[in-house]
Amino acid sequence: MNPANFYALVGIGLFCIGLFGMIINSHLLRKILAFNIMGSGVFLILVALGRRADNMPADPVPHAMVITGIVVAVSATALALTLMIKVTTITGQATLPDEDDK
Amino acid sequence: MAIENALMTFPMAFPLVSLFAVTLILLPLVGVICCFLMPRISRTLGLFTSFANVISVAGLGWQILEHDSYRHAVGGWGAPLGIELYADGLSLLMLATTAIVGLAISVYSTAYFKPAAGVRFWPIWLCLLTALNTLFLSEDIFNLYVTLELLSLSAVALTALTGSKEALSGAMRYLLASLLASLSYLLGVVLLYHSFGSVDISILTQQMQAPSATLATATPAVWAALGLMGAGLMLKTAIFPLHFWLPPAHGSAPAPVSALLSALVIKASFYILLRLWFTLFEPLVDSQAINSLLGLLGCTAILWGSVQAIRQTRLKLLIAYSTVAQIGYLFLIFPLAPNMGSLAWNGVAYLIISHALAKSAMFLCAGNLLRFGGHDRIADLDRVVQRLPLTAAAFALAGVSIMGIPPSGGFIGKWLLLEASMNQGRWDLVAVIVIGGLLAAVYIFKVIGYTFIPAKVTHEAHAVSARMQWSALLLAIGAVLLGFLSLPVLSLLNISDATITSGVGL
Repeated sequence: MNPANFYALVGIGLFCIGLFGMIINSHLLRKILAFNIMGSGVFLILVALGRRADNMPADPVPHAMVITGIVVAVSATALALTLMIKVTTITGQATLPDEDDK
Repeated sequence: MAIENALMTFPMAFPLVSLFAVTLILLPLVGVICCFLMPRISRTLGLFTSFANVISVAGLGWQILEHDSYRHAVGGWGAPLGIELYADGLSLLMLATTAIVGLAISVYSTAYFKPAAGVRFWPIWLCLLTALNTLFLSEDIFNLYVTLELLSLSAVALTALTGSKEALSGAMRYLLASLLASLSYLLGVVLLYHSFGSVDISILTQQMQAPSATLATATPAVWAALGLMGAGLMLKTAIFPLHFWLPPAHGSAPAPVSALLSALVIKASFYILLRLWFTLFEPLVDSQAINSLLGLLGCTAILWGSVQAIRQTRLKLLIAYSTVAQIGYLFLIFPLAPNMGSLAWNGVAYLIISHALAKSAMFLCAGNLLRFGGHDRIADLDRVVQRLPLTAAAFALAGVSIMGIPPSGGFIGKWLLLEASMNQGRWDLVAVIVIGGLLAAVYIFKVIGYTFIPAKVTHEAHAVSARMQWSALLLAIGAVLLGFLSLPVLSLLNISDATITSGVGL
């Protein structure tokens, strides 16, 4: 296995861990962290797959995409954290109320 | 003014059509910045931008009618390296719907928001408009990811605007669902880029449909991309069973925001799904299994959403569940399009537009009723027919289109879908479309019925400004009038590149 594929597999692993964490955790901070782990997984896959063969230079386009992706993830995290703080201040707990909103 | 200055920087050698397309993106973006810089006049700026946006769409439409579908390499860098803008009949229809609904909601919002709240509303709304316009003009799956994120983040911020407990937790749930969806979509983009070395939809489509590529395309990576992107976009479109986030978010946001979310935001992710499904994924999804599954989800959404809507006691939640049901109709395109291309395609495009007009009118009516009585309990509507006749009329007219009674826009859309299902012998879909219409009649007449009855507990009534009533009424009238405009609207839809819609037999 070449290193690129190894990194890509690690990326898939991170994505799955993040997905799992986002679904099973109820604490909002944990959900936001899990989202960031998922994001790192995607970025790792993107960069790793940029090198298509061992003897070729890496493709620079994925690097540009990763930078865009990181900017988006940072802004999303900032908004999520702000919302979390607001929710915690108002409801007194950092979890979402139950799904049934009747 | 800064907006004019920004426009003047374009050399006039620029072709006119590019000017309009670039204006559509740049104008609301400049509006956002101006609103932040000059919060005092943000209301005027917002109204001006929405109005100028309508003019730009009209200009782009005029150019597209003259010169056919349009492609522009931003900054002179074409695909595969650069980002291309692309506009055809479908994107023009979406842009026009956005512009018209957006203008009506802007007019409504000038009266709805007090200056303090408006300072926060206007810049985020213009940001949402930028995202929508860019999304409908993009032809690059990575650029679409960025616009999707921009759209979701501004939509979430708008949802949380009131700061109440329900709004904040609704917004939080919406944000988490939409972040999950975005990452899933992004992973799909990554896999497609790895497989084909491009993110441009037309290049990807050519590679997928090239006869030599048929063996190479069906790799696990491409199938995974299909699944990930499909699931992400479906979560954002809130198709059953991924609709859990929609009712709390749409039900607790301020009325103009609910109208924007239900009318435009969910249509944007559906638009991407439509584009991808019938261009680059077309060779893969030709097999009936996936399309039937999506059709089944659509049918379930229609029935489940309608039944939930009937059970609601709060007006805004009723309208939100009605949205869940109406999204189901859009998904009927997947089982119908492979054999009944243009009929199903036309029907769904018609439903998208008429639902956008009718649903925004309904949410604006709900906002009026909420302002009027201070609550949105359906059972306590208390003779609004006499006391707020314009709003009651707007709700009833919008209801006509949602139920699909002739001569409304909703009727044309549902009729085209019915015809497509009958021609194909899909009587199960025919039954669901008809039952969905009947259930819609039940929940709409439930509301209309209570508007005639005096409530047991009366509430102090507050004045509702004429602007708020008229903008809702005009949107509802638009939804009904759409029923008479089917020929011009559908002929617009046929403007497209051969490569882009080769899959739908247009």
